[in-house]
Amino acid sequence: MLDHLPALQVVVPLMSAPIIVLLRRPGAAWLISTLASFVAFAIAVALALRVAETGTVSYAMGSWPPPWGIEYRVDALSAFMLVLVAGVAALVMPYARRSVAAEVAEHQAYLFYAMYCLCVAGLLGMTITGDLFNVFVFLEISSLSTYVLIALGRGRRALLAAFQYLIVGTIGATFYVIGIGLLYLVTGSLNFADVAQRLAGIGELRPVLAALAFITVGLGLKLALFPLHQWLPNAYAFAPSVVTTFLAATATKVSVYVLVRFYFLVFAPSQALEGVPVGGVLIALSAAAIVAMSLVAVFQPDLKRMFAYSSVAQIGYVTLGLGIANEAALTGSLAHLVNHGVTKSALFLLVGGIVLRGGDASFASLAGLGQRMPWTSFGIGVAGLSLIGVPATAGFTSKWYLIAGAAEQGSWWIVALVVAGSLIAVAYVWRFVEAAYLAQPPAGAAAGEPPLSMRASEAVAVALCVVLGLVTAFNIGFARRAVGLLLGGAG
Amino acid sequence: MSAESLAALAPMVPVAAAALAALLHRAPNLREAASLAAGAVLLACIGALVGPVLAGERPEFVLVEMLPGLDLAFRVEPFGLLFALIVAVLWLPSTLYSIGYLRANGEAKQSRFFACFALAIASAIGVAFAGNLLTLFMFYEALTLVTWPLVTHHGDEEARRGGRTYLALLIGTSTALFLPAIVATWVAAGTLDFTPGGILRGRVSYGMGTFLLLLFAFGIGKAALMPLHRWLPAAMVAPAPVSALLHAVAVVKAGAFCVVKVVVYVFGADGTVADFTPLVTVAAFTLVAASVVALRADNLKRRLAYSTVSQLAYVVLAVALLAPLSVAGAAMHVVAHAAGKITLFFAAGAVYTAAHKTKVSELDGAGRRMPWTFGAFAVASLSMIGLPPAVGVASKWLIVAGAAQAENALALAALFAGTLLSAGYLLPVVYRAFLRAPAAGDSPHGEAPATMVVALVATATLTVALFFRHDVPLSLARGLLEGMRP
Repeated sequence: MLDHLPALQVVVPLMSAPIIVLLRRPGAAWLISTLASFVAFAIAVALALRVAETGTVSYAMGSWPPPWGIEYRVDALSAFMLVLVAGVAALVMPYARRSVAAEVAEHQAYLFYAMYCLCVAGLLGMTITGDLFNVFVFLEISSLSTYVLIALGRGRRALLAAFQYLIVGTIGATFYVIGIGLLYLVTGSLNFADVAQRLAGIGELRPVLAALAFITVGLGLKLALFPLHQWLPNAYAFAPSVVTTFLAATATKVSVYVLVRFYFLVFAPSQALEGVPVGGVLIALSAAAIVAMSLVAVFQPDLKRMFAYSSVAQIGYVTLGLGIANEAALTGSLAHLVNHGVTKSALFLLVGGIVLRGGDASFASLAGLGQRMPWTSFGIGVAGLSLIGVPATAGFTSKWYLIAGAAEQGSWWIVALVVAGSLIAVAYVWRFVEAAYLAQPPAGAAAGEPPLSMRASEAVAVALCVVLGLVTAFNIGFARRAVGLLLGGAG
Repeated sequence: MSAESLAALAPMVPVAAAALAALLHRAPNLREAASLAAGAVLLACIGALVGPVLAGERPEFVLVEMLPGLDLAFRVEPFGLLFALIVAVLWLPSTLYSIGYLRANGEAKQSRFFACFALAIASAIGVAFAGNLLTLFMFYEALTLVTWPLVTHHGDEEARRGGRTYLALLIGTSTALFLPAIVATWVAAGTLDFTPGGILRGRVSYGMGTFLLLLFAFGIGKAALMPLHRWLPAAMVAPAPVSALLHAVAVVKAGAFCVVKVVVYVFGADGTVADFTPLVTVAAFTLVAASVVALRADNLKRRLAYSTVSQLAYVVLAVALLAPLSVAGAAMHVVAHAAGKITLFFAAGAVYTAAHKTKVSELDGAGRRMPWTFGAFAVASLSMIGLPPAVGVASKWLIVAGAAQAENALALAALFAGTLLSAGYLLPVVYRAFLRAPAAGDSPHGEAPATMVVALVATATLTVALFFRHDVPLSLARGLLEGMRP
């Protein structure tokens, strides 16, 4: 049984979906998806512990040995991501019960939970698999379920946002599949490690460069790399709160993770990238993302959109570290996947609570929120500090390594950039603080905190924002291990 | 109790006080009694540390490993203890004063006030005991954040504007300059621990060292070097007790403290690591320019705020001279200015409470109606200017002697001009209050509530007492010189 944990990691949430569809009752659907996500989380933690103890775990699907069969591969990097994805999936479930009941029509609730389980399975699958084509399959599973989840949001604009994302996402997936097709053409293999080995020493080869370009753009669309981010703000703003939270914390991160695998474990050892300014391009795009999107965030009329744009900017920090690509910067990048994941979960969960009570999260409706929803306001303040990167919060730890990485190679303008991004983050978090604490609440404004079950999820997420800033064994510790793997060679 | 546990307990006392203030929301008397009790306990804790530290003990402990190789660590050295001591000593009268001020002026949200106030004290103690730059930075930022609700206490448009300037400048400088300087130090030196003799010697080029020094000096915005000083007058929208303890003692002194600590324990107060001339020049300019602004300010609190900017520059100037005498003088001036300035702000708040006056030009004859308040104001003014029998003379003496030792004419000229100017902006207040006749139609009023008067007389007495008995602060200040020896 324990040997099959890598398979169960994906199978448990995957099989929960059809069961939910058969049962149809909202309560049962919630219960099953909650169980599934908690089991998935437990499996992810168990796998991570095993990796920490004994090193990489390789699992041959159906006992077909790699490279012929599909390999599931749990190393420091994928274990790290599994814990993040499964952890957030479990974190939002207690919250989902009341939030989904309020935001999704009752007769569609079971569809929501079924799609949610599929989405979780897809993202976990993308993370755990060691097979290029299998990544594509799971990418499609997670994407298709995501389109449905977004469309289940209230109002017709959710439909439009889902459709927008569907077009862009399909293009992204197609590009990705073209890219791996080219790699298959050159190497005749679809296993990550095997492809890397066969590419090694192959030198400059046009199809490999084309594959690099297609994969970068394809995944760039999915991870909302500036300027391929246009789908994201609408999708986040109009999706149900639970979906926004889960997507913001995991979906884009998993695409980054796949990109990291390609860059450092497939292309880098082959020397195919020599003379191709991938790092420079990434740094330039990230710089634009950090500054432009943070500035756009400052001027958004409502909290959900503001944090959505902030997400694009924060992804810029991650890709910035990938572009710098020294040890410290990569540590910062990978740690930021978790740190930002946790921080944004907290923020979107709390905003979901405001939407539940007040109907929307526009700045006009936030006046005096500090008096009406003291815990929610305080939580957003704390998570906001983590978003800015104040010491003793999660966000600080990753920014520290990013700045150290840039300083190590003497790129002072990048240091200035990271700092500027943080300062603009101060400005947009600031807008919330002023509205909530220094404005008088309008007469007759809705008051009261969200229900206890929702607050439980929120409290855990907010607490994590601080705890991960002080106890860094997981976010920094695992990121450092993963970086050792990335820079150590073909893993 | 061992010195380590005392040092660990000290920052927890005000945290507990903050929690109590929030919990005892509905019982104001109990809440304030708890605050006073916490003040006494904190003072006992810090006071008990003086003996062991003077005997050469350096209590240290690690709370948690924040990042690999970087601990959240504390180490009590003499200068840190001196700063903690002055904060602890002045917290008690401040609490007493706050009680009177908040009640007499009918301020809202008093529980939040006391809670944030206590958290600010905790952060200041954290800054004082920090064992490395990262820990220092953490508490430095915490101090900014927990004092923001105090600055914006009134919640009106003016408070909002002041709060914005306050946060923008403090967070802006710390994030944009202080943090990169810390990271660069970490990259260059491989450690952030405060080490006697510094950690940068031989690790950075002279030019880079100078650049880092300026990053630190301006990044520590709380030290209010011009042109990054504007947050300090902006913070004067806060209620008087906040201006008194935080913007005359805890916050600004945390800034001056950080500069001194960085110069001594990171740069090793060594002129071969960096060029200190630019810092001396900026500090000398700030010293004189802020005094000139103070001279022309009619609003009393604004005048005192600019006086603070100028006095902070004394500390920065003194340490930047790198002469042993002036470095000890810098540490001493932290104490001397704290005791004097808190008295001045207390007096300004008392005048506002009793007579609702905020301008210097309205103070004609006020000393006759409020003899205690203006008596204390006069004593504190003497200390500010550096005249006996108040403690200010001790620190200024050391600083001037250090400047002579360093043979720095610019510094000597600035110190001389600063002294004259401080007499120029403080003595007219005393003159008006005691020697001019009250304006016709002036409403008759007496002293402010008793708790406030007791507090300000106590702090004024302290400035005089420290003139006669300054062995403890002076020994602790001298302890700073250990940091100059590798």
